[in-house]
Amino acid sequence: MIHSLFLINHSGDIFLEKHWKSVISRSVCDYFFEAKEKAAEPENVAPVLQTPHHYLITIYRGKLFFLSVVQTEAPPLFVIEFLHRVADIFQDYFGECSESVIKDNVVTVYELLEEMLDNGFPLATESNVLKEMIRPPTILRSVVNTLTGTWSNVGDTLPTGQLSNIPWRRAGVKYTNNEAYFDVIEEIDAIVDKSGTTVCAEIQGVIEACVRLTGMPDLTLSFMNPRLLDDVSFHPCVRFKRWESERALSFIPPDGNFTLMNYHVSSQNLVALPVYVKQSISFFDSGPCGRLDITVGPKQTMGKTVEALMVTIHMPKAVLSANLTATQGSYTYDLATKVLVWDIGKLNPQKLPNLKGSLSLQAGAPKPEDNPSLNIDLKIQQMAISGLKVSRLEMFGEKYKPFKGVKYLTKAGKFQVRT
Amino acid sequence: MSASSAFNEEKGGSSSVGEPEYGHDPASGGIFSSDYKRHDDLKEMLDSNKDSLKLEAMKRIVAMIARGKNASDLFPAVVKNVACKNIEVKKLVYVYLVRYAEEQQDLALLSISTFQRGLKDPNQLIRASALRVLSSIRVTIIVPIMMLAIKEAASDMSPYVRKTAAHAIPKLYSLDPEQKDQLIEVIEKLLADKTTLVAGSVVMAFEEVCPERIDLIHKNYRKLCNLLIDVEEWGQVVIINMLTRYARTQFLNPNMNESLLEEGSDKTFYGSDEDEDEEEEEKEKKAEAPMAKRKPYVMDPDHRLLLRNTKPLLQSRNAAVVMAVAQLYFHLAPKVEVGVIAKALVRLLRSHSEVQYVVLQNVATMSIKRRGMFEPYLKSFYIRSTDPTQIKVLKLEVLTNLANETNISTILREFQTYIKSMDKDFVAATIQAIGRCATNIGEVRDTCLNGLVQLLSNRDELVVAESVVVIKKLLQMQPEKHSDIIKHMAKLTDNIQVPMARASILWLIGEYCEHVPKIAPDVLRKMAKSFTNEEDIVKLQIINLAAKLYLTNSKQTKLLTQYVLNLAKYDQNYDIRDRARFIRQLIVPTEKSGALSKYAKKLFLALKPAPVLESPFKDRDHFQLGSLSHLLNAKAGGYQELPDWPEAAPDPSVRNVEVFALLERVTTLTSVPEWTKCSSREKRKEKRVEKPFYSDSEGESGPTESADSESDSASGSEMGSGLEESGSGSESEGSEEGSESEEEEEEDEKDKKKIKKDLKKPVKESESEQSSEEEERKHQRKSDQQKSDSESESDEESDSESSQSESDDSDSEADVKKKKKAAESKPPPKPVKKDTKKEKKEMSLLDLDDFEPAASPQVTPVNSFLSNSLVTDLEGLSLSDAVLSPANISPCSALKSYELLHRIRGEGLSVEYCFSRQPFSPDGNMVAVQMQFTNNATSEAKNLHMEDVKLQSGMRVKEFPEIELLPAGETATAVMGIDFCDSTQAANFQLCTHTRKFFVSIQPPVGELMRPVFLTENEFKKEQGQLMGMNEITEKLTLDAKCRNEHTIVQRVTTAANLSRVPCGSDKECRFAGRTVTSGSLVLATVATKEGGAAQLTVNCEKMVIGTMLVKDVLLALTQ
Repeated sequence: MIHSLFLINHSGDIFLEKHWKSVISRSVCDYFFEAKEKAAEPENVAPVLQTPHHYLITIYRGKLFFLSVVQTEAPPLFVIEFLHRVADIFQDYFGECSESVIKDNVVTVYELLEEMLDNGFPLATESNVLKEMIRPPTILRSVVNTLTGTWSNVGDTLPTGQLSNIPWRRAGVKYTNNEAYFDVIEEIDAIVDKSGTTVCAEIQGVIEACVRLTGMPDLTLSFMNPRLLDDVSFHPCVRFKRWESERALSFIPPDGNFTLMNYHVSSQNLVALPVYVKQSISFFDSGPCGRLDITVGPKQTMGKTVEALMVTIHMPKAVLSANLTATQGSYTYDLATKVLVWDIGKLNPQKLPNLKGSLSLQAGAPKPEDNPSLNIDLKIQQMAISGLKVSRLEMFGEKYKPFKGVKYLTKAGKFQVRT
Repeated sequence: MSASSAFNEEKGGSSSVGEPEYGHDPASGGIFSSDYKRHDDLKEMLDSNKDSLKLEAMKRIVAMIARGKNASDLFPAVVKNVACKNIEVKKLVYVYLVRYAEEQQDLALLSISTFQRGLKDPNQLIRASALRVLSSIRVTIIVPIMMLAIKEAASDMSPYVRKTAAHAIPKLYSLDPEQKDQLIEVIEKLLADKTTLVAGSVVMAFEEVCPERIDLIHKNYRKLCNLLIDVEEWGQVVIINMLTRYARTQFLNPNMNESLLEEGSDKTFYGSDEDEDEEEEEKEKKAEAPMAKRKPYVMDPDHRLLLRNTKPLLQSRNAAVVMAVAQLYFHLAPKVEVGVIAKALVRLLRSHSEVQYVVLQNVATMSIKRRGMFEPYLKSFYIRSTDPTQIKVLKLEVLTNLANETNISTILREFQTYIKSMDKDFVAATIQAIGRCATNIGEVRDTCLNGLVQLLSNRDELVVAESVVVIKKLLQMQPEKHSDIIKHMAKLTDNIQVPMARASILWLIGEYCEHVPKIAPDVLRKMAKSFTNEEDIVKLQIINLAAKLYLTNSKQTKLLTQYVLNLAKYDQNYDIRDRARFIRQLIVPTEKSGALSKYAKKLFLALKPAPVLESPFKDRDHFQLGSLSHLLNAKAGGYQELPDWPEAAPDPSVRNVEVFALLERVTTLTSVPEWTKCSSREKRKEKRVEKPFYSDSEGESGPTESADSESDSASGSEMGSGLEESGSGSESEGSEEGSESEEEEEEDEKDKKKIKKDLKKPVKESESEQSSEEEERKHQRKSDQQKSDSESESDEESDSESSQSESDDSDSEADVKKKKKAAESKPPPKPVKKDTKKEKKEMSLLDLDDFEPAASPQVTPVNSFLSNSLVTDLEGLSLSDAVLSPANISPCSALKSYELLHRIRGEGLSVEYCFSRQPFSPDGNMVAVQMQFTNNATSEAKNLHMEDVKLQSGMRVKEFPEIELLPAGETATAVMGIDFCDSTQAANFQLCTHTRKFFVSIQPPVGELMRPVFLTENEFKKEQGQLMGMNEITEKLTLDAKCRNEHTIVQRVTTAANLSRVPCGSDKECRFAGRTVTSGSLVLATVATKEGGAAQLTVNCEKMVIGTMLVKDVLLALTQ
């Protein structure tokens, strides 16, 4: 299926290539570069390109292009999903997925790629399995390695996960502190129109888990109000039948960090937006200027404070500079990308933050006819906006008592205010 | 290949720039970075004795390969290390070998012997990796060696090695396609493999090597369906895509009836004569042809199996899996069921933008065919200013497809905001979209047109141009009404510079010049002036306009036309010169011009049909959705066409697995309907072979055995039906283990033949012979088991899977036979006996579990745990259901009512409901729910109705008629119907009054999911005989002191469940019967009383979940 993979950085250098079948010349990437030239933004390059003999399927992540070459029919989502999995694995191994990190660990990367695909077909994509075969670099080990001169980042024992029916968990896990943490993170996607009415709003949630438990624990996580969940998707470890019958998550967890489930809160429940925005942005015909006035206030926060509040505005190209005053926080205006960022921080309900001032336009340019929309970022700790609550976590199969913790967090997802 | 040249360039490039290839490695970088003695240091290091130096060298070499630099000259030095003891060095050497072996074939041969040795290694992982590398080095000479290795590995004990063998098949095939036939044999063998580990890989090999050999799938179809959920995610995608194609060739179109209605054509049933295998069936069909047409469509149970088993995968985290299931449903499911995929697809829109891009393409195609499916999710396709342009355009496409009379106003309002966007390409696309909405929905055409005309004064030229083009298309539909718009556009010619727009305006004026008689000549005058500076398409339209005006208004425009034509005559572009010449001949009559000029008017002023604005995604669904070809809208290499539905279904019996199959147990337990004569006969033979062995192990007595094996002569044995049930159940369990080795299978074949002969001999003789043979086999099996490894574990899992998936019941050959037998037999076995049998059955299940870990020492911890957890899983299923069923059913009155809405929550309005147990007349599959509304408030409540019904998939609701007025203090009743699909899932909805809405839900106790049926005692026994084994649940209890007489028992049971009493000769037993409302599965309950209040409750129901829950409820009712 997947013939070759090229990693390309932002400026268009191919800095890594891997072939699973016979070698394909890197000149095949020229078609991609051509498309990249045409597109204004890297996001706008079509993910699937057709060349006379090959198909190029590309993803853009962390300012890198993962370009795979496919020669025959293959489900494009299959390839895209796999490439993202590769990026996830890099992230998991090295803490980030960037050009410098990949270059520093080129051998490990190459070994990983070798294990992940066989003849272009995915072989081992579970991070738990891979980590048994190829150990991730740690500071401690690199120190030991340089001192003793023994280099080994390949496991000499053979992975059991590959062979068992629970490929996501390795055998023989041992911890002195047994702990299981679950983060319930909800994101609000909303579009608010000019007048302040909500065009659409929905809540997307994810439960991120960090489980460090000895042996083979079998966990059951149940909710107080599972009926809230409208649409769900699970990590393969979750037993679907149990979910269907009991609305509880029953699973043998992978070791370490993983995403347990994604969910969508049913749209019948109206979403309470935590903040409101009062804005007026106007440009005048007479004289090259415009005015901007934004106030953010709390709406429904259930007594919690809104933190990390931030407003981002992609200004029209004609806006040259901004001369504003913020009652709270600070603002920056990037002249090159025309992005105005107002970092507010904590929202104080007594004294509402306000940003006011004038915008100067390019001389001679016609006034922009459309107003830019505002993108809102925010965080609310210790609250899941949908009201979802974990009722309990039970463990079977092991004797010790683990330490358990659940954290809630609400964030703004794609929260947009039209003006 | 061009690769080598590329590398030479690289080489030159890299040596001139003195950059060290291993730049990341500071420890060695300083010492070894010399330019001129390229690689000498590396060679030295590789030759040294120290593993650490070798490793270091290999790492640097691999880093070079990763950067695409040529390291081929190191080949001899590297290949020497292929036998290195250090596992990490070895791995890196493998990486190198796979990369360069193709270029250095001769030297690569040196390494082959190492791999051959590796293939014999006792460690499965070493065997696997040796095979992996051996098959990856693309050297043609070793094809025979590879072939041999693959064949051997395909029958390896370790499933992991077999998986590797499956991976190696396409490698060998691409190296030497001549081997196809042999490879197909291997594929066939691996397809029969029962482990989830192998399934995905072998199907992938199948797809690459022999996708046309769909017949190989028949025997494995059901197994693949059942294993599917446990296969790793990538394998799932491949299997689902393959099964989609398979199903298209094997099953009938579930939407056939509709399409027949739509087309109304006489599709003959004679077209499928070619199918020679089924001549008999064919003849029957011909005879019935007129009948068949009217016959309602019945879905093949295998088709249903596929749909049911893929559905849970919509919840996968892997977008590719979700997409694969979605396309399967789109291509295979009946129209009413396709809807379930919409939610999952919409969920994917939250994912990475690349995923969004692909999903939206597919949604766009789907939304044309099935608009209703995505309508509820309209808002999910709204566009954000931060979306990449390509996503915006696709969302727009979907929105346009979803537009209809009811939602068009909201959509147009959305579009209005989009038009203001900064992204001009997107704005242009929006205008196009508005145009399409306007053509599709007549009511809004004028609004859209007006909106577009306003856009003509937009400052952005691109916007104006696009609007003009779209307006032109719209005006063509009804030009008479809009001459003012045409005038307005005529004025625009002074300002608009975009050629396409100018051309459109000119064409419009020419076409409708009679509507604007005064302006048209003036426009031509202006155009004649600027003719030489125009673009080609504009020039062509000017000529066109001139010609049309000349024909309609030659007085005013004759000279102008002459002038334009003269200009065109000397144009640089030959198209324009040609056109001018051609038109002059046509419109200006001379002596030479022939008859054509008479028809000039007809030629130019013919009525043009209005263009149809169509989605570019129309008819794209002839490509399999989710495929690369669909995305590109062009056939990609290796794309397998999605075949059309067959007109008549091929013989379904090809999927029956005759020998030792997983599914056998399921089929014997629940009797799959399409079991054909021949196979059921075979099965019987099977049983006869197997039985002695198992009956031995279970300690059953000889005489019953012999009686049973003579079942065809129907000796009317004591417990005929029951025995057969339990016997066959355990037999198939055992048989799975048995099928491990092929030899054994062969032996079985022999056995079978032998038995056939033996049957003619006196029974006793044959039996003894068998049992001795079986003894032998038993030994063999034991030793086999010990050898075999973890495989059995996954077997077991799939096994439990399959046993849970019960298939719909209908009469079958086997069934009928059983019935006959049961009818002939004496009264059914007494409860005590049943009990022991049941225990035995459980024993055998547990036996398996205990047996397993010992058989596979390698993964013992995992294994034993797994099998345990499986058991708990299974138990959990039944336990869990109890949680759902409301435990508070107490038999106080005949109809217990439940509270739907408390008067405090309902602000004075209280609602109670009860299950009236009356048949719900509008729909027999629904449970009637009687609701009683009481208004306790002081004001009246109006317009009581329900809204926003939210149900589990498959469930349906018939709403109660709206209650218009409920005065204060009054009470009203209404009846609604709910089809719970035989589950105790709640039906949620909103109860609305004129002022308020309340969220409420109705959850049925399991006893209300059935309706009573009348059975005679004999019928009851017969049916009960068929619902044994897994379908029977027995529970002992002590009756409450108050309810030890028959009357109270009957009363309590019928209160707890909607069952009717079955007459019974004995006063120690009470029997009840009913059918579930939706699927009509039989539910039988028996309460047998003994002295001192001891009693035993038996429930037989094909739906095990319902059975378990019912036992709980009835138990509660009897003991309280």
